[in-house]
Amino acid sequence: MSKAPKSMSTWRALNAALHDILEDTPEAFVLGEDITTWGTGGGIYGVTRKLADVYGKNRVMDTPISEEVLISAATAAASRGTRPILEIMYSDFAFLGFDGIINQAAKSRYMFGGQFDVPLVIRTNGGSGIGKAAQHSQSLETLFAHIPGLEVAVPGTPGDAYGLLRHAVTTNNPTIFLEHKNLYYDKGLVDFEPLPFGQARIARVGTDVTIVATQQILARSLVAAEILEADGISAEVIDPRTLFPFDMDTVYASVAKTGHLVVGHEAVRDYGWGAEFVAEVVENSWDKLDAAPVRLGAARTPIPYSEELEAAVIPTVDKIVAAVRRTLA
Amino acid sequence: MPDFDNEKQGITGLRLMAKIREFERRMPLLSEEGLIRGSTHPSVGMEAVAVGVSLALETGDAVASNHRGHAHTLAKGADFGRTMAEILGRSDGYCGGKGGSMHIGVKEIGVLGTNGIVGAGIGIATGSALAAKVSGDGSVAVAYFGDGASNQGVLAEAFNLAAIWNLPVIFVLENNHYAQSASIEEMVAQPDFTQRGIAYGVKSVAVNGMDMRDVYLAAREAVDKARAGDGPTLIVADTYRYLGHMAGDTEIYRNADEVKQWHDKDPIAFLASVLIDAGVLDNERWTSMQAELATEVQAAEDFARNSPFPDVSTAFTDVYDKEEEVSR
Repeated sequence: MSKAPKSMSTWRALNAALHDILEDTPEAFVLGEDITTWGTGGGIYGVTRKLADVYGKNRVMDTPISEEVLISAATAAASRGTRPILEIMYSDFAFLGFDGIINQAAKSRYMFGGQFDVPLVIRTNGGSGIGKAAQHSQSLETLFAHIPGLEVAVPGTPGDAYGLLRHAVTTNNPTIFLEHKNLYYDKGLVDFEPLPFGQARIARVGTDVTIVATQQILARSLVAAEILEADGISAEVIDPRTLFPFDMDTVYASVAKTGHLVVGHEAVRDYGWGAEFVAEVVENSWDKLDAAPVRLGAARTPIPYSEELEAAVIPTVDKIVAAVRRTLA
Repeated sequence: MPDFDNEKQGITGLRLMAKIREFERRMPLLSEEGLIRGSTHPSVGMEAVAVGVSLALETGDAVASNHRGHAHTLAKGADFGRTMAEILGRSDGYCGGKGGSMHIGVKEIGVLGTNGIVGAGIGIATGSALAAKVSGDGSVAVAYFGDGASNQGVLAEAFNLAAIWNLPVIFVLENNHYAQSASIEEMVAQPDFTQRGIAYGVKSVAVNGMDMRDVYLAAREAVDKARAGDGPTLIVADTYRYLGHMAGDTEIYRNADEVKQWHDKDPIAFLASVLIDAGVLDNERWTSMQAELATEVQAAEDFARNSPFPDVSTAFTDVYDKEEEVSR
């Protein structure tokens, strides 16, 4: 390791992480649908590019379209001493294998009294923004974060994508690693170090309001913060990075400073993870709040296809700005 | 073709079958006594399948079982007392009382769990075989599932995956003729289950599931084939469960004549008679053997009954590798 930090896109950062994992971890292997021969030889978004050329077909496997067995088989392979990294092409397809994720992977350690580790990583992508519509654009992180036994990573930058994936492979818990399809080509600095779960990142320092957001809404929150700054409002933006484990201490510390909280995500607002963050702050930092917190999330609709319709159901920069003004009013 | 050694597989297998029956026979009684929570699914009548398959396996091999999995677990080498303790929810159970009858895993002997989801073990055994292929550890994996589970979609996916990758997995379909209360006559249009394997390029054989010799020989061949890297086998074992689906089953879906017909083919009485005819066993030894087994199982039951209930604090452990994450 100890490579010099470098600016690169998210997909290249993930690709670099997989190369480094396969290099460093003999037990690791990668499998998924169309991961070696599609596009430029790296699957839909290039993340697995050249892995098979370097590490061979025993460690990088194209699979049939069979999510149900792939998820349960990868779970068992994990409990038998290997470290599978399974790509599910779109997170929407994970529903076909929810028995494997929820009834098997998430519960195996517990049901069997701690005998079995399940060092499984399911890599997949969620989110809207490129017109993939209702069955290829959902933000399902809340569903996964709700299940005891699962860890859920939601990287929002190339650096976090690299670091969190490196860490995910080392944990003995099953990890849902949710990439965002509209961030694969965004660039950022990657320092090539693993990043522990459960440590939020302060993406922007501020004093008047705390905005907690992930992935695409994180990016929009940073734009919103600049607009608010022009009006003399200083926003602190926090990226939780992982939804379980999750780091409330960083949020409490920020709210103690700002007295105001806005939580934004692309998952449907109703029953979304934002409610969890707001509830934790209300329960534990009530006396630090100067106003009621505000939640932002997708409308309670499937994701539509047409561009303007799609944009209308997801929190925008304007909506984030308006939410901040509302809580400060 | 492997052969059947009357002493090695015959006497050993007979003893194991009879001991498992003695264990399983007690399940409805323990349930009536209120010592078993939830549901428990004995496999009395089906012992020849679990024992015949297990005699062909090594300790390092894996089995993925189903809700009716006590026999699979015990035949693979689990301790009878610790298994019973798990079923009674006690601290000495293999899973510390967190699993119960439907979720018994024993890592050290490759039992990847009995399983509460019908058909789930099919995917899990396939995954163990995938791990064996990737790591080169030489192990084979067995999935035990019933005629009911053969209607789950995972079967199709697993058969195809195992066949294209030549995975060292043996799919053991225990056709006991009922999926809970649903008969195969009503639930499948093609009762020849070997067709399911053939359709996916999986070598498929039918065996008499009431004859342990037949099961063992087929399993031996399948294990050798799997270990040689020649891929999966489906073994379809025709068998029958003498008791209901679970303790408390009214069994209104089948008639007594049918049950009696299968009792006439009892796998334990049958193998005993074969071994007596072959001169490796006599009635006197068989009788004393059964008495010994009853004593051993009684000891297992006493152990389980005397095992303390788990400390409540353990309800919150083992969710994650890092316990602080669940202490919230």
